[in-house]
Amino acid sequence: MKRREQSTFFKQFICVALSIIIILPFYMVLINSFKTKGEAARMSITFPTEWVFGNYLEVINRGHLLLGFFNSMLYAVVSTTVGVMLSAMAVFVISRNKTKLNNFVYYFTLCGLFIPVNFVTLSAVLSFLHLSGTRMGIIVTFTSSMIPFCVFTLRNFFSTIPVELDEAAIVDGAGPLRLFFTIIVPLLKPALVTAFILQFMGIWSDFITPLYLANASAQWPMNLAVYNFFGKNGSYWNYVFADIVLTCLPVIIIYLIGQRYIVGGLTSGAVKE
Amino acid sequence: MEDKMNKKSIYPNWFLIVPFLLYIIFFLIPALLGVVYSFTDWNVRSRGNISFIGLKNYIEIFKSNKNYASGILNTLKFTVISNVVKLIPALFLAILIQRGVKGHRIYQTIFYLPAVLPFLVIGLIFKSIFNYNNGLLNTLLSYMGLPAQKWLSDLSMVWKSIYGVDAWRGIGYCMTIFLAGLNGIPHSYYEAAEIDGAGFWRSFWHITLPMLTGAITINLVFGITYGLKVFDIVYVLTNGGPGHATEVMTTYSYQLYANGWYGLASALNSILFVITTIIGVFVVQHMSRQEVQQ
Repeated sequence: MKRREQSTFFKQFICVALSIIIILPFYMVLINSFKTKGEAARMSITFPTEWVFGNYLEVINRGHLLLGFFNSMLYAVVSTTVGVMLSAMAVFVISRNKTKLNNFVYYFTLCGLFIPVNFVTLSAVLSFLHLSGTRMGIIVTFTSSMIPFCVFTLRNFFSTIPVELDEAAIVDGAGPLRLFFTIIVPLLKPALVTAFILQFMGIWSDFITPLYLANASAQWPMNLAVYNFFGKNGSYWNYVFADIVLTCLPVIIIYLIGQRYIVGGLTSGAVKE
Repeated sequence: MEDKMNKKSIYPNWFLIVPFLLYIIFFLIPALLGVVYSFTDWNVRSRGNISFIGLKNYIEIFKSNKNYASGILNTLKFTVISNVVKLIPALFLAILIQRGVKGHRIYQTIFYLPAVLPFLVIGLIFKSIFNYNNGLLNTLLSYMGLPAQKWLSDLSMVWKSIYGVDAWRGIGYCMTIFLAGLNGIPHSYYEAAEIDGAGFWRSFWHITLPMLTGAITINLVFGITYGLKVFDIVYVLTNGGPGHATEVMTTYSYQLYANGWYGLASALNSILFVITTIIGVFVVQHMSRQEVQQ
């Protein structure tokens, strides 16, 4: 009995210690974002002697943050919606009609999980299509690069939707589009939400794509705006910390709301065998 | 035959066309074009005047004094070490949590949290934590009476710092995947083993690990592809420095691109493309075989 108590204590100790290691940086950033320049530079974890809420206004005004927020939202919402929907339509056909060709398309697409995007030549392709240096170019790139992962994660959900539903709908006179959007999509909602959340967070965090493809500050997502602000104002840690808080907030909120979808989605298909 | 016709009209192939085209045009063609351009002198001044130069770019990568080859080596090193550093603790943490800790749901939420943050933000946070004069870590060391460390500029320290940050971000993510695998193992297996007198390690080797193959595979696949393509965390934390000590393939490639050496950058990308494709084809083949077995 005593050994069991010891092991319970040990487990709690590890979990608490690890939680502190993870939370402390967040706390440090948050608390220092309310300090003056001099105090924030000391990066201590004590409360500010004087709460400076103006840091936030300052970075929003000076750091292109509103535009950055708008761009990030635009990239994340548009490309995720389009990418997830297109992938779902493709997976619908691939998993229901298992021809040799469709199987090949599936595995061929999966190879994209591994291959890195070659941004050097991608920017040549984009400029050939007159898309370079445009928001559209960035959106199209995000959409295309999420297709392999979405196809991979959505595939397993289709086996849970009975084929009889398709047949019934067709007998009732529905075409493939109506079948997909009125019968399949509602049933697939949890999987679609998972894919949407994962991809949304992925795009919100993506740094390399806009680094290569956004050639004017007007196209910077929040990420890049913050990075450039840091490059110019690296010694103003109070502003940098406020920047960090604002950039993290959207994804943390989405994470806390959609947590159960994330864990489900990561592990669906992947782990059950 | 009629069934086949029917299937084709219910599940029309044009549903596939748009996503497949996007994938090909914006993903595959750039990758293949990269291989073609890697044999040319394409650069910022060529303006359409591009000529084939054979293997010159590849020779430059492996022979020049710029040491691009070290970037390749660092990438491979990062892929191996970062995965070991994350996966082993993540596995034991998952086992620990699964065996019932009070408040395990809250812990799960906290442990996964860093994985949702942008790398750029994580990089900036740790740039502050690693700060020599006032950073959290050196403050802590001085409280304990230990000398301050140059976390990001000391050659013997810098890789450890990068692995540390990477683990801080990734352990919870890997743990979540392991946890799902563990939840799929019937509890009765462990009870039976206990009756037979097996201790923790015996059941670990004979029940846990074999039953976790799926979770381990997925963690390895995600981990290896992430490691080979790693860019953000290195770029933000060290930008390849001090000197070129922490340069990886993608940071070299970005530098070459930014300086207008597109052909050379393509050659470096093509090496990465070949490595990842070999691994990818291998894994995908494995997956398709499993599917057939089912």
